[in-house]
Amino acid sequence: MTDVVLGSAEKSADPTGGAGPLRLALRRLRRNRIALAFGVLFVLIVIACLLAPVYAAHIAHTGPNTNHISEVIKVNGKDTNVVSLTDLPIGPTWHSQFLLGADQNGRDVAVRLLYGGRTSLEIGLIATLITMIGAVLLGMLAGFFRGWVDTIISRVLDLIWAYPALLLGVALGVSLAVGGLSIGPVHIAGGSNLIPALVIGIVYIPYVARPVRGEVLSLREREFVDAARILGYGRLRIMFGEVLPNLSSTLVVFFALQLAQSIVLEAALSFLGAGVQAPNASWGTMLADGVQDVTASPHLTLVPGIALVLTVLAVNIFGDGLRQAFDPRARIRVER
Amino acid sequence: MTDVVTSPAGTKAAAALLEIDHLMVMFPVRAGTWGAVVGHVHAVDDVTLTLAEGETLGLVGESGCGKTTLARTLVRLTEPTGGTIRFRGEDLTAKRNKDLRSFRRYVQMVFQDPQASLNPRKRISQIVGAGIRLRGTSKGMKARREVEELLARVGLDPDHAQRYPHEFSGGQRQRIGIARALAADPKLVILDEPVSALDVSIQAQIVNLLDDLQDEFGLSYVFVAHDLSVVRHVSDRIAVMYLGKIVELSSSDELYAQPMHPYTASLLDAIPIPDPDRRRDRRRLVGELPSATNPPPGCRFHTRCPWATDLCTEVEPPLAEFANGHEVACHHPLNVGRTQLSEAIRSESSPRSSGAELTLSPAEAHRVEIDEAQGKDETP
Repeated sequence: MTDVVLGSAEKSADPTGGAGPLRLALRRLRRNRIALAFGVLFVLIVIACLLAPVYAAHIAHTGPNTNHISEVIKVNGKDTNVVSLTDLPIGPTWHSQFLLGADQNGRDVAVRLLYGGRTSLEIGLIATLITMIGAVLLGMLAGFFRGWVDTIISRVLDLIWAYPALLLGVALGVSLAVGGLSIGPVHIAGGSNLIPALVIGIVYIPYVARPVRGEVLSLREREFVDAARILGYGRLRIMFGEVLPNLSSTLVVFFALQLAQSIVLEAALSFLGAGVQAPNASWGTMLADGVQDVTASPHLTLVPGIALVLTVLAVNIFGDGLRQAFDPRARIRVER
Repeated sequence: MTDVVTSPAGTKAAAALLEIDHLMVMFPVRAGTWGAVVGHVHAVDDVTLTLAEGETLGLVGESGCGKTTLARTLVRLTEPTGGTIRFRGEDLTAKRNKDLRSFRRYVQMVFQDPQASLNPRKRISQIVGAGIRLRGTSKGMKARREVEELLARVGLDPDHAQRYPHEFSGGQRQRIGIARALAADPKLVILDEPVSALDVSIQAQIVNLLDDLQDEFGLSYVFVAHDLSVVRHVSDRIAVMYLGKIVELSSSDELYAQPMHPYTASLLDAIPIPDPDRRRDRRRLVGELPSATNPPPGCRFHTRCPWATDLCTEVEPPLAEFANGHEVACHHPLNVGRTQLSEAIRSESSPRSSGAELTLSPAEAHRVEIDEAQGKDETP
């Protein structure tokens, strides 16, 4: 952005110029206060979850899987069992340990909430990355080369799409959760968080690949692609240098919305036992642990539930703001 | 900017920059579940043309006549089905991959829609700089300075090099498109309806700019248009296309003064004259363009021609060459006397499917028209 002032007769008011489509979109996003507020909320949640080890070590002085089932702590000057003799864990206290109470195993819910959030966000992010990379590659190949490449890719995607996302996720998750996954030299252990991330990422590929393919189909007919061919650009260079930049707004929007979807699916899979495996904490497993005592100890389900709702709501509303900013004429359609 | 293509034929054929020889472009028509080929669209059907260095060839015809396909084939955006295209004696149709890529810079194209032909995600400096990079002679600051010089040359503010296409008007965008084509330092520029998407006032500016650039850079043009009034100003010669075939080829002045093909005559009649008081006899074209999948036999224009005879429905007319190289594919050409008809010869560039002998005779109705006094209402 160095302005070399030449002796030109007419000077424009804005000599720097160059407000690209991305910058224009960000300008529109900045005016959308609600979306920004929820974006900030999401960032705060992320920061809190990333600080989970700090909270555990310096405030709660306990780990996410540390068992305090037979211990007694002082609450309001009275000695109280962490888990009562009738098997009921203590609820939220004004104590640095067990701030949000304990669960049936005497583990600190606040610590598990933060660690669980970290797991959920991590899986959501990795899954979304897998979805986006897979969808962009497949969608671009199908849309750009058309013909039999398109036929094969589209039919395979249809095959995945034909199953409800949750059902396919449970099926894959259960079958991989025990034995793990071995592809050549790469081995992912059964209990690893990468398994649910991979499952969720693959399950959602068709939902993004289809719109990407559609957009590539229309972009490749635009004359700037012809212009690039006349300049002697190869196919790969046209795909990644000319077409891909035009997909950026679609991809940004899908990334945000897909992140929310992936977090929800992770929670659902973990709740059903097909995602994160015990004793690892995730919001889904915490809900599953708490659901048996939902009347006696509602904090066990309310705490991870509220966290989940807030996170997904924040990502969704922010993502919707992104969509409006990047695509004021609503070109991008999210099919569910 | 001083490198020259060295080709063995370069010295010999100094006149002919581009030779199009019996070029065919056919698109398969597919139908049914399995995509069986049920026919072909004869987009360009046996076209032979030459273009001299520094010349501008106008290419006109209605929508769907194949002129854009022809233009796209010249830059190899479309693969020819048959025939050859030679550029300075080198056969382009045989070129592949790397060979083709190194030829690309000599033939560039300016597109019809300046909005769609510029990548919205790229800065002007990147768009124009691509051509300079293709040439491979300038890098870094030097390339950047060349971009600015080019922008200034096509009438844009060089300070706007860092802007995006959406920040420019239609006319300015077309100037960017022209700068991009020039950046590769081409010899031949294919102009595919470069002004038809622009306002009339802007059209003149762009046409004048193209005219100036031709002299300055020593360019040859193929100027595709559906608007005869625009082509007239820029073209040395004009080729009129109908349903994939050349029906008339002549120097532009002569074409306007003495159109020989009935189709050319009706195209010329269709040019509006900005004078409300003037009433004209117009030979309006009736009917639609016939399907290019199943073109009419004989002369392709006979279904819409007011002077068609039985001969026209049976025999495809070869190109008859008259004085001054005026060629026309018509059995009954207009605006020629009997002596000229007898002196005409069958042109070398006639389509292979056309009749072997010239069968020229004046059109009946036309002769009546000449004999009778002018000014009566015409009933073709």
